[in-house]
Amino acid sequence: MEKKSLKGWLYLLPAFLFLGVFMVYPLIDVFIYAFEENFNFVTQQSTGIGFANFEHVLKDPYFVQALKNTLILVAITVPLSTAIALVISLGLSSIKWLRKLFQTVYFLPYVTNTLAVGLVFMILFKPTEYTDGMVNLLINLFGGQTVDFIEGPYWAKMFVLCFYTIWVVLPFKILILTGALASVNQTYYDAARVDGTSKGRMFWRITLPMISPMISYLVITGFIGAFKAYSDSVALFGTNLNVAGMNTIVGYVYDMLYGASGGYPSYASAAAVILFFIVLTITCINLVVSKKHVHY
Amino acid sequence: MKEKIMDSKAFSAKERRSKVLGITGKVFIYIMLTFWALMVLFPFYYMILTSFKSFGSYNSEFIPKLYTLAPTFENYKTAFSAVPLADYFFNTLVYTLATTALMLIVSILAAFAFARLDFKGKNIAFTLFLSLMMIPSELVVITNFVTVTNMDMRNTFMGLILPSVASVFYIYLLKENFAQIPDELYLAAKVDGTTDMRYLFKVMVPICRPTIVTVVILKIIECWNAYIWPRLITDDPEYFLVSNGIQAIRESGFGRENVPAMMAAVVIISAPLIVLFIVFRKKIMEGVSRGGIKG
Repeated sequence: MEKKSLKGWLYLLPAFLFLGVFMVYPLIDVFIYAFEENFNFVTQQSTGIGFANFEHVLKDPYFVQALKNTLILVAITVPLSTAIALVISLGLSSIKWLRKLFQTVYFLPYVTNTLAVGLVFMILFKPTEYTDGMVNLLINLFGGQTVDFIEGPYWAKMFVLCFYTIWVVLPFKILILTGALASVNQTYYDAARVDGTSKGRMFWRITLPMISPMISYLVITGFIGAFKAYSDSVALFGTNLNVAGMNTIVGYVYDMLYGASGGYPSYASAAAVILFFIVLTITCINLVVSKKHVHY
Repeated sequence: MKEKIMDSKAFSAKERRSKVLGITGKVFIYIMLTFWALMVLFPFYYMILTSFKSFGSYNSEFIPKLYTLAPTFENYKTAFSAVPLADYFFNTLVYTLATTALMLIVSILAAFAFARLDFKGKNIAFTLFLSLMMIPSELVVITNFVTVTNMDMRNTFMGLILPSVASVFYIYLLKENFAQIPDELYLAAKVDGTTDMRYLFKVMVPICRPTIVTVVILKIIECWNAYIWPRLITDDPEYFLVSNGIQAIRESGFGRENVPAMMAAVVIISAPLIVLFIVFRKKIMEGVSRGGIKG
């Protein structure tokens, strides 16, 4: 028995070493960093335990800006991307011809490098001295004024960020929803058709309740993902996000840690802990709400 | 009798109407789907197109043309000669292959222990292990940055690779698959005197090959697109991965705004994953729907 136990643990050892050093220990450590006040890395000493780091972070105008940006991004992209994905998936499930091709095309953004394609988006949206850029030419065509989407007004930058974020997250959502729609038992629809049920009623009474678990899964993962937004913003506006006014909470954490404004792991930890609790709270609320509304 | 005929007439009229409605509906659906397909494809088309335009012709087009009559490979040459794109590419390849290989070995061993072996504390270990799935990477990155810095592993492959190896989700996925293999096989192998290690790699791994391939592909995609950790841990361009490389190119590469050369770099960086996707389309989509989340 003893030898058997030893063997089991031996097989687990590599995984536990990696997880222990790079996941469990850092998890504990980040809370210590966050609560130790005036921690000095040279002397490894702090003046005590408290909320000083949190106070500093919450008063930092850059953090407030990052929090605001993240909240706007979450509020716009999560409902919108889920709704668009649902519409596209419903369209996909009602056709046969070219369906595979559409599905393949829609999935393409998932396998592309966010930074690289973000650069293409920047080129498309940014007016330069040579050209106004594709998007602005379209706007001009409809009689609008040229807008600098990359270095211009706040709403324009937020628009591109939301647009790019939705473009990036849709493949996953469409994939999950088409899967969910395909797994709805066909006999429900047959029965409804015999009763002469209208298409709209079938959607609200059969389709939506049947796929509601998957929608709630997408909303929850969507919230979590959007709160951690960062690379999309870097791809569009460059690494100096504070100057661009387009930083996100995760971006703030990394800027505090490293780079021109870096060197403050304590503040970075405090910001990360704040993010963790925001995400935890939202996820719990989502779970409670979906328990009430998910029909299963 | 008369009523019945009326009925069937009314019915066929209704049927015709719904058919017409069905066709307009279908047309509308196809227009909508095509619209989004164009939205997805246009950035790709634009980047490939621009990468074949010469610097001069790109900058002389106030209204960018959607075609080019004089394609040039000049930008691809510039992309490889003006910035160390080949190095970025090679670094990413090393990082991706090493991380994926290590992850696979570590995960297979752990999954085997959880699925097949009996030992003291297994249930507690597995519960603790599962709870790790909920830890966001943003929370642990700060200490990892300090750890790696203290170990003097910044700007090394070790520093890049080691923190990216362990993956709770892939271990879980493999364990679920391993557990489906009937016990009889294991017992028969034991009677024959096969060692656990031999059984694992000669029997279990081949049987579970589809899942293993899925895990490998998902990890490759993840590694190829990694940005945050590599950016934190490398500031020496000699160790840049493609994501950091593209960011460096954007901020300082190619001198003035040489957009065609940038687009050539973007095409080169995106190509491997797109080829991988076209070859393994089914596997990738299946694997992602089983729980891959872009992160």
